[in-house]
Amino acid sequence: MWELSERDLPALSIGASLLGTGGGGNPYLGSLRVRELLRAGHRVRVMEPEALSDDDLLAVAGGMGSPVVSFEKIVQGEEEANAVRALEVLAARSVTAIAPFEMGGGNSMAALCVGAQLDVPVVNGDGMGRAFPELQMITYLIYGGRPFPSAIADEKGNHLVFQDGVDAQWLERIARAVTIEMGGHSGLATSLMNGAHCKASIIPGTLGLAYDIGRTVLAARTDKSDPVDAILDATGGRRVLRGKVVDVERTMTKGFARGRIALEGSGDDEGRQVQVDFQNENLVVWEEGAAVATVPDLVTLVTTDRGEPITTEVVRYGYRADVLVLPCPAKLRTERALEVVGPRAFGFDLDYQPAFS
Amino acid sequence: MRIGIDVGGTNTDAVLLGQAGVLAKAKTSTTEDVTSGIVTALTDVLEQSGAAAADVTAVMIGTTHFTNAVVQRRDLASVAAIRLGLPATECLPPAVDWPDDLREASGVRPYLVRGGLEFDGREIAPLDLDELDRIAGELRAHDIHSAAITSVFSPIDARMERAAAVHLVERVPSLDITLSHEIGRVGLLERENAAILNASLRDLARRTIAGFLEAVRGLELGAAVYLTQNDGTLMTAEHVERFPVLTFSSGPTNSMRGAGYLSGLSDALVADIGGTTTDVGALTQGFPREASLAVEVGGVRTNFRMPDVLSVALGGGTVVHLDDDARIGPDSVGFRLQQRARVFGGDVLTATDVIAAAGKTNLGDRRLVSDLDARLVADLERRMQEIVDEALDRVRLSTEPLPVIVVGGGRLLVTRAVRGASRMVVPEHSEVANAIGAAIAQVSGQIDRVVSLANTTREAAIAEARADAESQAVKAGADPSTVQLLDAEDVPLAYLPGNASRVHVKVVGDLAAGHRI
Repeated sequence: MWELSERDLPALSIGASLLGTGGGGNPYLGSLRVRELLRAGHRVRVMEPEALSDDDLLAVAGGMGSPVVSFEKIVQGEEEANAVRALEVLAARSVTAIAPFEMGGGNSMAALCVGAQLDVPVVNGDGMGRAFPELQMITYLIYGGRPFPSAIADEKGNHLVFQDGVDAQWLERIARAVTIEMGGHSGLATSLMNGAHCKASIIPGTLGLAYDIGRTVLAARTDKSDPVDAILDATGGRRVLRGKVVDVERTMTKGFARGRIALEGSGDDEGRQVQVDFQNENLVVWEEGAAVATVPDLVTLVTTDRGEPITTEVVRYGYRADVLVLPCPAKLRTERALEVVGPRAFGFDLDYQPAFS
Repeated sequence: MRIGIDVGGTNTDAVLLGQAGVLAKAKTSTTEDVTSGIVTALTDVLEQSGAAAADVTAVMIGTTHFTNAVVQRRDLASVAAIRLGLPATECLPPAVDWPDDLREASGVRPYLVRGGLEFDGREIAPLDLDELDRIAGELRAHDIHSAAITSVFSPIDARMERAAAVHLVERVPSLDITLSHEIGRVGLLERENAAILNASLRDLARRTIAGFLEAVRGLELGAAVYLTQNDGTLMTAEHVERFPVLTFSSGPTNSMRGAGYLSGLSDALVADIGGTTTDVGALTQGFPREASLAVEVGGVRTNFRMPDVLSVALGGGTVVHLDDDARIGPDSVGFRLQQRARVFGGDVLTATDVIAAAGKTNLGDRRLVSDLDARLVADLERRMQEIVDEALDRVRLSTEPLPVIVVGGGRLLVTRAVRGASRMVVPEHSEVANAIGAAIAQVSGQIDRVVSLANTTREAAIAEARADAESQAVKAGADPSTVQLLDAEDVPLAYLPGNASRVHVKVVGDLAAGHRI
């Protein structure tokens, strides 16, 4: 059992940002929330999935909605925990652990807050291993978990329970509409499951991975060694290109920021050009008309000098960046998962191109 | 004629600008009372030029005085930080992310109140007037004179901030109030932080402005007195007393605008090479390009509009470490160049010495560095140049070649054209570029708001914002016939429903002749 301390938060933030693949929202406010909970005497305990017993009861908890809203109308603090509590009332049972929703970006911190507030451990793992935009894209649901009952809570005291429904896509649509009505951001609890299902469907170890990535980057910055090499060592990833951003095209469609980043190689990569297509998260890397990496593998841009993740919101001409591709977890590579999170699910007429054999 | 003054941490510079250009310039040490140094610099330029006090129509002052107060944790007043947003925002109260020493130095008292708005203008909760009454009682009891009021989504609609201000002032008439929507943009903690910093500087601002006015009036200058703000435009002295934080980055801004004036260029890259650092930025239409992200001041995250300036550790006094693989900096002898550098008889090898050894400057005694290996010198010179090239490339927005203006005491470090420069300009008088930037400052009006495009068009929203910006500029002293559009943009907000867009319009105009406050 790993008991988190305040000192672990900067590393966790960097790692979560990196796993956010250009999207996922900024973990800064979330890490402040965890810090305040720790300072108030709460504990954040992290357990390994293997330590779950088959009849443990877990809920998946996180935040849903607009990142812009979450930076302005900061949460009251118990929205996610209240959503879990609503499910507990319905199940007439308390959860014994929390399964994180999404390790990429801001939601990395939400599960830790819930664990602290309900005083139950958080499992080392999550449902994506990165960031994705929609609810049905979590492995707990892809691999047979139940989207119902689910619960949503806001800061005012509105707690909705979705008792039953058709499927995860329906849950996503209705939950998003309710979230907008609540003011653009809500706490969500879903995929109530037993320990057996969690062990079978969770992507294991991702909290620890986020922490390790951040720790090696911070160490490399202090030692003045290459932070990008540190990231690649920690993740088994590889560099596609080291160079400079020379163009960013952006369009808005249906509330999603889509676009294409163009980079020119420098040094050993001089003369090469790559493009990265994104839709909040980075999705496909192209070179000379061929896709060299695609979702669900993790495509991420970091600054060459400090290994700082570059989100699609801020990227612009002039950034000295390394384009990295990290292997996606095995559970995202199955035929079943690819239907939900492969390139076609994002509108590309393209099959998944594994970047690693 | 106008006088531009730059009150820096070390030096106070003044310049007298007329139709013909720079008529006189002066540099003196900044004094602790601020006033004396300004009087010295003003007297100096008037004497040099022989100009009469009556011929000076305006005095523009740029200063880092308020930034320095925050950075050095001094002269900050106790502040009530009042946030309207409960039940939301409770888990992260005001100043939660401040460094401890600053929170203590500025005596921040956080208050959370029911109120605030949703992204679409609905109330999160009705404004809690009873709680405001209770707060008013505490402020009176603890003698707190300054409050910052921050309401959720106030950049969209400021009605709650205004209502709370009215209610508090009725109960505590002596209270200085800073409203967050007048200071920063969407992003609660960053905007609130900026408002709290502003509130903590108001007493200092009053005293400082009084000092500036005393200096000017003492010389019988009947000129209108202005200060320059972050974007290089003017604020009246009264406006600065209410919004001292708006002066925070006027130093780098004025330096870049001054460089533009001296070179006659309005679109260029600027490198200001000092003793320790080189600051680079991009001038577009005569103004520095703004940074888009949160900017930290004194360790506090804020979201002012500040110029996008990249600072790298290379200046005239940067130390070259021959014993460490010829490492260049980041340390520097700074303003002790003339004591420590080898060409002046010192024992430290600096960037200036390298350029002297290369025969590219007459500064100092070149013989004192004649022992350096010629190839080493050439290599160091090349590497220093590359640092400047690389820094300038990072502030570009495209590959298009642009002129490069080099200013600052360390400008001798640039010995060949910068990579990607269409031409190089090293203007005269660049050591007073900051004061010049202040002297040429114009008046602006600026609107930054979030609108829903559900009931209007993009064009109508921008046109309305432009009209509001223009009337703001005229109210601030602009001659209406000179007002021009500097920038208009709308940025769709991702994920936010209701087709919301952030609209930003900025106009500038020349100060109306004979404008008096």
